[in-house]
Amino acid sequence: MSVYLDNASTTEPCPESVSAVVKALTGNYGNPSSLHRIGLDAQLVVDKARKIIAGSIGADVGEIYFTSGATESNNLALRGVMGAYGKRRNKIIISAVEHASIEETVSALEKQGFVAVRISPRKDGNFYIEDFVSACDDKTCIISVMYVNNETGHILPVADIFKAVKKRYPEIITHCDCVQAYMKISVNVRKLNADMISLSGHKIHAVKGTGALYIKKGVRIVPIITGGHQEKGIRSGTESVPLISAFGVAVEKYSHTINQRFEKVSGLKKYLLEKLSDIDGISMNSPENASPYIVNISAGKRSEIMLHFMEQQDIYISSGSACSKGQQSGVLGQFGITGKSADSALRISMTADTTTEELDLFVEVLREGMEKIRN
Amino acid sequence: MKEIVLVKYGEMVLKGLNKKSFEDMLTKNIKRRLKSLGRFKITSAQSTTYITPLDDDIDLDEVTERVGKIFGISALCRACICEKDFSDITEKSLEYLDDVLSNAKTFKVNAKRSDKAFRMKSPEICAELGGILLEKFPHLTVDVKNPEITVTVEVRDTNAYVHAGSIKGAGGLPVGSSGKAMLLLSGGIDSPVAGYMMAKRGVHISAIHYVSPPYTSDRALMKVETLCEKLTDYCGGIAFFCVPFTEIQEAIKDNCKEEFFTIIMRRIMMEIAQRICEKEKCQALITGESVGQVASQTMSAIACTDAVCRIPVFRPLVGMDKTEIIEIARKIDTFETSVLPYEDCCTVFTPRHPKVKPHLADVEKVQNSFDFEPLIQKAVENTVLKTFNYSE
Repeated sequence: MSVYLDNASTTEPCPESVSAVVKALTGNYGNPSSLHRIGLDAQLVVDKARKIIAGSIGADVGEIYFTSGATESNNLALRGVMGAYGKRRNKIIISAVEHASIEETVSALEKQGFVAVRISPRKDGNFYIEDFVSACDDKTCIISVMYVNNETGHILPVADIFKAVKKRYPEIITHCDCVQAYMKISVNVRKLNADMISLSGHKIHAVKGTGALYIKKGVRIVPIITGGHQEKGIRSGTESVPLISAFGVAVEKYSHTINQRFEKVSGLKKYLLEKLSDIDGISMNSPENASPYIVNISAGKRSEIMLHFMEQQDIYISSGSACSKGQQSGVLGQFGITGKSADSALRISMTADTTTEELDLFVEVLREGMEKIRN
Repeated sequence: MKEIVLVKYGEMVLKGLNKKSFEDMLTKNIKRRLKSLGRFKITSAQSTTYITPLDDDIDLDEVTERVGKIFGISALCRACICEKDFSDITEKSLEYLDDVLSNAKTFKVNAKRSDKAFRMKSPEICAELGGILLEKFPHLTVDVKNPEITVTVEVRDTNAYVHAGSIKGAGGLPVGSSGKAMLLLSGGIDSPVAGYMMAKRGVHISAIHYVSPPYTSDRALMKVETLCEKLTDYCGGIAFFCVPFTEIQEAIKDNCKEEFFTIIMRRIMMEIAQRICEKEKCQALITGESVGQVASQTMSAIACTDAVCRIPVFRPLVGMDKTEIIEIARKIDTFETSVLPYEDCCTVFTPRHPKVKPHLADVEKVQNSFDFEPLIQKAVENTVLKTFNYSE
């Protein structure tokens, strides 16, 4: 039995997504920009997906822009806003635990002369709203805070942070990377007080290569890809109709079951933690109130070795953020997980389809690995 | 106008009666390397191999690039085939060299007349052709000491050839002419370079690599396979032996003092490599060791490793600095692959304080405290062979 517990890296496309891709590839290959009927048919597919995605986050249809994925969405949000407003307001505020697509983009913007402030969690591992507000000033252009941390599952108090920031500095643009939250917990742009949010297709059982950026009406963005004026000129390039179609179909499938799935996965997490509590030498890196979809633990053996040990028995987990292929990102350190705990951190990420049998097998092999692997 | 590639031999010209066998080996290597590019006629005469394309659409740039990496060749050049007639030589030179001479400022003419029956002597050819070229390209000046372009006329047995100078070949001896040896290929920077250097001396290379899952990963193995593939450009086909090494490493870890871990591991690697060598008829081992580079490469450590070796161990990098090794690794395009950050078996369980000056008696005593033989036999039996051919 193959046990895939690396769903925060990517998910298996659902059958509906796969059929949507095939259907668009075989029957609807037109270019949405073409004026003829075949082009229009393709445009209708894109429009439908846009409507579904907009509806799922409480946005207007005209506020959704398709991209190649969340990395591009995050780049477009930061670079686009700094391009539009950065001359007058040159400061960027982010959390210190952002995904590399935010962190590296901000580092690149710093090299261009912009100023960045990174807010760390306090010693108790929590983020405090006043830390973000006090970092803001009249020069601040954008604040970007992720909703759910991809390595530990920490849920950041984004809605409250953005609310407090907006109250004092209404001009500051708020951006939220919602990749690990979308379709797992409720994401609503108004409740989040977000002017922009980034979404990814392949993390929600759609297909790699597509994502979206929500941009609130009125927020100006300078495009980073120019060309044929697709996506209202914000993101040129012929829309990938098959992938966008799959994205829409997956959102349609999962958006009505967010709460039920959350309950189910919470149950799975509880089950897993109980099982793990029987094993000596395991420490928990995810807080209790984290997203149940992500469980980060340390098991005393080097992450990479444990990962390959598990892989030999057809169990697939991650040593941290898969984007960096085993390289430590420093995010764990921000949450106070350092030294051997960080070296031996394992990320188990589930879906509602994960079974207790799979978790049993994982725990059994983990126990075996902890006995067999020499340090 | 027909073009040809002329290949000049390296030090094999100095060989005596067995020169023919070196020549045959070189011809065979060239044929193999060019097979996928089309049909060629390959002949040898007067310490030169002539590569004549038989198809019209053959990419001669690719031919020279590939031949430039074949060992046993000191120089090569693309040339235009002429009749053994001075007016044809002149006509072809003007046409064939039009581009290079138009873009050059200085030139000279060099002539070699191995066919002594040709009516003009070399200096005459130089003077006459030089005069004609100057007339046709009045912007040129003659510079006999340091010309930009050396127009070369070679009058040989059947034809004359005109070209604008040769490029340096890979040197060395044809791969296969010096026998066969087993390269211990780790995935680091040094061992591919060691393989390259021995191939340059005409050694046909097989490679052996040790994997220790879960301590090493599939990606680490893929990295070494990529290195093997890159080496085929120079070494020709490589038989790659992959040895399952986890149990042995765990047994050393469990049963031997930590400070001896690496040295015992290397002795066992050598032992396994030799057993595969016996089966594969390899006459020597090759390693990328360089004296003093790391703890297992001190003279005492090398002596302890060599104590288990029954066949010669070639260490072509033994006196080189890391920077010199890296320079070659970059040249042969293995560097970037070598520095990919995947753990290999040599870095698994590295002791915190390895023995820098181990004594053989101590090492043997520690190693003999556990019976590794059954594990060694098992590893040899379960070794997997994969063959890498020229990358096309």
